[in-house]
Amino acid sequence: MELFFSQILDGLSIASVLLLAATGLAIVFGLMGVINLAHGELMMLGAYVTFVVQNLFKPLGPAIFELYYPVALILAFIITAMVGVLLERTLIRKLYGRPLETLLATWGVSLVLIQLIRSISTSMLIGILAAVAIGLIGSKFMAKKIGDKPYFTYLNGLMWAFSLGIGLIVVNSMSSVRQLSSPWFGPRNLDVSPPKWLQGSWGKIGTVELPGIRVFIILLSIFLLIGVLWFLSKSAWGLRIRAVTQNRQMSNCLGIPTDRVDSITFGLGSGLAGVAGAAITLLGSVGPNLGTAYIVSCFMVIVLGGVGNLLGTVLASIMLGIIQSVVGSGSILIVFPNLPPALKGVVEFFATTSMSLVLVFIFIIVFLQFKPNGMFPQKGRSVDA
Amino acid sequence: MTTSNILKVNDLNVYYGQSHILRNVDLSIPEAQMVCLIGRNGVGKTTFLKTIIGLLKQRSGSILYGDQTLTDQPPYRRARSGIGYVSQGRDIIPQVTVKENLLLGMEALPGGLGKNRHIDPIVFDLFPILEKFLGRKGGDLSGGQQQQLAIARALLGKPKLLLLDEPTEGIQPSIIQDIEIAVQRIMKETGISVLLVEQHLHFVRQSNYYYAMQRGGIVSNGPTENLSDDVIQEFLTV
Repeated sequence: MELFFSQILDGLSIASVLLLAATGLAIVFGLMGVINLAHGELMMLGAYVTFVVQNLFKPLGPAIFELYYPVALILAFIITAMVGVLLERTLIRKLYGRPLETLLATWGVSLVLIQLIRSISTSMLIGILAAVAIGLIGSKFMAKKIGDKPYFTYLNGLMWAFSLGIGLIVVNSMSSVRQLSSPWFGPRNLDVSPPKWLQGSWGKIGTVELPGIRVFIILLSIFLLIGVLWFLSKSAWGLRIRAVTQNRQMSNCLGIPTDRVDSITFGLGSGLAGVAGAAITLLGSVGPNLGTAYIVSCFMVIVLGGVGNLLGTVLASIMLGIIQSVVGSGSILIVFPNLPPALKGVVEFFATTSMSLVLVFIFIIVFLQFKPNGMFPQKGRSVDA
Repeated sequence: MTTSNILKVNDLNVYYGQSHILRNVDLSIPEAQMVCLIGRNGVGKTTFLKTIIGLLKQRSGSILYGDQTLTDQPPYRRARSGIGYVSQGRDIIPQVTVKENLLLGMEALPGGLGKNRHIDPIVFDLFPILEKFLGRKGGDLSGGQQQQLAIARALLGKPKLLLLDEPTEGIQPSIIQDIEIAVQRIMKETGISVLLVEQHLHFVRQSNYYYAMQRGGIVSNGPTENLSDDVIQEFLTV
């Protein structure tokens, strides 16, 4: 029984990570209607931010090192939110109302981000910065000189190609210098060691130990969820976000700067992904492919919970997290050793990580037959209109 | 005309894709006056209002608001410089409460809705029903109630020019009267200008000037006293 409870706790902590990531996705997808396949990679970025912060804190001595994790959480939020805003301003903004293109473009972004993390090095960073700087300055200059000419777009494109070439040359010229050209992270998995105050037990309930990491993750996600709910329902920006997502044109006519609202909404969703990524580092190692494992689960949570409903997201992620952890680990067999052989075979069959995912899929498919719009579909006069 | 114009539209041409909707429209709205734009369905009246608030782009011509040119400004900037818009579909934000809808109206004020959280009670005086329904979802109100909410919301932004797109369309007579009285009273008390697109004759008669539109162009205009039954017969009745 103890094992069963600790397995439930395990499931709840996985559910909490899922909840953080899915809340971010629910904001981006449910409110803005953007299918962001790069959401998992934003989680991955958050995890790498945590790794970097940990390494920056290491030389500062053991006492200060204990504090790295809260700093990493905040930085993970801020940095991924900034990446999200950049993504929205440069790419997704141009694709509103074109879901298929958005899907493909964000998938492309996810591939770029994965490879970027694998191969980024100091020389590469310098090359990218040089190319972007030349490109931006060049296009500003050209816009001023020949911005009204019909061939401006073509010349501008040529100029960007030219700056890309310069960037490549810069990278290659530094390739012989080992220190500059060796990748920062590489393709391998990296480990983040949790601070001491998170390791070990945080007390007992009855005979069940409460592992600090798991309890912390659960508390973190509850705290952030309440924060997000407060922000969306009570703050001025939250009201603007809700207005814009429900009636963009009229919101614009009322004086709401819709483009800034889009950036903030997307930034918030991305930032939550970053925090989820930072939380994942406590549960396992950090690798470039970390995001791909979670993105599907996130979308399943949203479909199951009902689009645009945060309560549904909460319940759905708890259900999925617990099913995955309890069934996937096979602990049902240990708790109930005397099951009839036929049932035992079934339980054993699903007792692997991938088969438990299959079970979740079956569960969702059956569920959607009865409730096609998820657990909490939107109701009322305005939905039909 | 001795008074200055709050809005002056010159030679405006608007297209939907390839089709030419508004043709060389000239129109001006004097300060503190009500101007009415009449015409049958589909002649381009709504298109005209949408172009003034900025939802549609003109292909040529100019819109002068006070002494600033509105060309190329996004709608939210126009709203913040004092143009209030009540659209034909009313466009209440459905899943937020009546109170929040009213708060959203104050986004056009300096500081936006972050700094302005007090709803001017005058709107409850004009439309008492709104105070009773403050906690309801905007989308759950009836058509007439939504119309009152839309006008109240626009008024809370303290506009200098109010654009009303068929505010009485499909609404029961008692509410039509409330709306007419409210618009009259606001004009008298605050000196704003109103551009009214309307088919309801009683309301049309209360304006100071009229413009009649046919196939995207202005075909007749003048003081409303001159709006004879013949003109109405020609441009309004189906």
